[in-house]
Amino acid sequence: MVNVEKISKTYLTSRALDDITFHAAKGQFAALLGANGAGKTTLIRILATLTRPTSGTAKLAGLALGKQSQRIRQQIGVMSHTPFLYGDLSAEENLRFYGRMYGPSRLNERINELLARVDLEHRRYDLVRTFSRGMQQRLSLARALLHCPRILLLDEPFAGLDLDARTVLDELLGAELEKGTTILLTTHDLEYALRKAERILLLRAGKLVLNEAARDIDHSRITSMLHHSVERPQP
Amino acid sequence: MRALRQIVFILSKDLLIELRSKEIVTSMLVFALMVVIVFNFIFDPGSREIKAVAPGILWVALIFAGNLGLSRSFAREMDQGKMQGLLLCPFDRSLIYIAKMLGNVLFMLLVALFISPVIFVLFGLSPGASVFPLAFVLLLGAVGLSAVGTLFATISAHTRAREVMLPILLFPVSVPVILAAAKSTVHLLDRGGAAETAAWIRILVAFDLIFVVLCYLLYEHVLEE
Amino acid sequence: MQSVKSLKILILLSWLAIILAHYFALIAAPTERTMGDIQRIFYFHVPSAWVSFLAFFIVCVASIQYLRRGEPSWDTLARTAAELGILFITLVLLTGPLWAKPVWNTFWTWDARLTTSFILWLTYIAYLMLRGYTLDPERGARFAAVFGIIGFVNVPLVYMSIRWWRTLHPAPVIGEGGGGGLAPGMIFPFIFALFAFTLLFITLLILRYRANTLERCIKEIKSR
Repeated sequence: MVNVEKISKTYLTSRALDDITFHAAKGQFAALLGANGAGKTTLIRILATLTRPTSGTAKLAGLALGKQSQRIRQQIGVMSHTPFLYGDLSAEENLRFYGRMYGPSRLNERINELLARVDLEHRRYDLVRTFSRGMQQRLSLARALLHCPRILLLDEPFAGLDLDARTVLDELLGAELEKGTTILLTTHDLEYALRKAERILLLRAGKLVLNEAARDIDHSRITSMLHHSVERPQP
Repeated sequence: MRALRQIVFILSKDLLIELRSKEIVTSMLVFALMVVIVFNFIFDPGSREIKAVAPGILWVALIFAGNLGLSRSFAREMDQGKMQGLLLCPFDRSLIYIAKMLGNVLFMLLVALFISPVIFVLFGLSPGASVFPLAFVLLLGAVGLSAVGTLFATISAHTRAREVMLPILLFPVSVPVILAAAKSTVHLLDRGGAAETAAWIRILVAFDLIFVVLCYLLYEHVLEE
Repeated sequence: MQSVKSLKILILLSWLAIILAHYFALIAAPTERTMGDIQRIFYFHVPSAWVSFLAFFIVCVASIQYLRRGEPSWDTLARTAAELGILFITLVLLTGPLWAKPVWNTFWTWDARLTTSFILWLTYIAYLMLRGYTLDPERGARFAAVFGIIGFVNVPLVYMSIRWWRTLHPAPVIGEGGGGGLAPGMIFPFIFALFAFTLLFITLLILRYRANTLERCIKEIKSR
């Protein structure tokens, strides 16, 4: 589903990603770990077609990044720690706008269904400005799921959320996995990653230093790797 | 056509937000009003100079107000990363340009239609039969300014000194449009100026076309990261 | 990349050309009948204007290529041309009023050529500021490229719009009939000055381009 080949991203003065290669199969849940600045967000942004890589290729749902980026966007749902929502519009209006842009059929039913699943039915006519962060993230997830994407790219979706919101998000992700959606998620929460993900990827200073099945990983080993990733590698 | 519908969706979303918050149009109006009143203050009303200067003042007020509106409308989009939300949608990104530009044209036109009668009253002018041609010139001027302004507002929204960058970029490039629009207005209000008016309007249309096409083609480079 | 030897020759030639141009302009050329010696500024003013427009043309072309290819060298070329162009256009704006005051009895007027030069100056400033104020250098390069193209297209539009409005500048002296033609003795110094300034510009362009490229490479290596 997600095939990444030697993706690199260099800015004029720094190298954010260096020769990243990995594959995530259909229906797999891969967790991307790493210290701040390791390149997790950059990688997600590249896969989300928001930034172009300097070199390397990627295929999402069989579509080539770059040439077929527009079609890729139809297949992916993206969440970030900013919710991408319009504060002056209501929950329903937000979903309706994005829904129209993606053009799914039976939009009204889909909106109702998603609002119910993220438990925001009772606030559908309220302006998003009045929502708590947890509610906004829940709505953001609903937005990401509107067009039934086959791949979910989530950049620290749990950051700053209360327990209720976390639970809702967690359940929804579980339901998506059951449907066969591929999930790539970045997080700082090691416990969560080891518990839920099938595959663990670790980025350190732009390089992929770990790419293994979660069950094969030794807990203490990965903890020490995570701690070490705060230091820059020696030249 | 799908593209057209998507432009309408984005535009109606922007208009709906503006309808609720009324933030942009009111600040533009207030600003334009201030400019007009200050100028009226300075010049002696009823004097001959006034009537010659009034069209210029109209366009000065509009360009300042326009600057304000342009940067505000983009600041709102950039805030909370909503621009990225739009960029994630599966459609031709250049359509964002058209939708945003049309929105800006609308805001500017609204302000212009409001300010013009104020100017006429304060400066003792009368448009006479030229009301519709005048509205047309206002529209053309708004299009020219928005064409470049929308592109530059997108650029300046990504720089360090946002509000400062936009006028610096916009001023040199808006000179042809402002000049043509102001001249059109002057000749329009001058009873015997039909031929000149037509000439300047044709020039204004040409400028509008050049800028709209050029900015539309270049817009995608401004959006990608 | 030119070899260092040919570069040195180029620098020497430029020096020579400029010195000679000074001689021709200030000493050898005949004195103008109506304006007097002040007219000699013409030999510096017009070539500077020519060079600054040439420089912006290079900015535009390099910008287009940068957007098409994405290679940083095009961006460096655009930036270099802009850095030099702004010097020359400033020269134009300084020498113009010096010439204008004794001849027209005013330092400045908003005729087509002066206004266009002023707008070009503002465009250069905006271009360089844009680069300086953008956080991400790559994005800044792209923004600058877009602005460079639009700014360049804008120049003839400004000129035409004001031309249709009014004009006061002496009629173009080369290639157009009518008043304001050059006396025969002035043609050679003028052509030579044009050549000298262009040569100087090209030399400076190459030198500065190399310096900028080195700077870029150093930054890149440092970041690894």
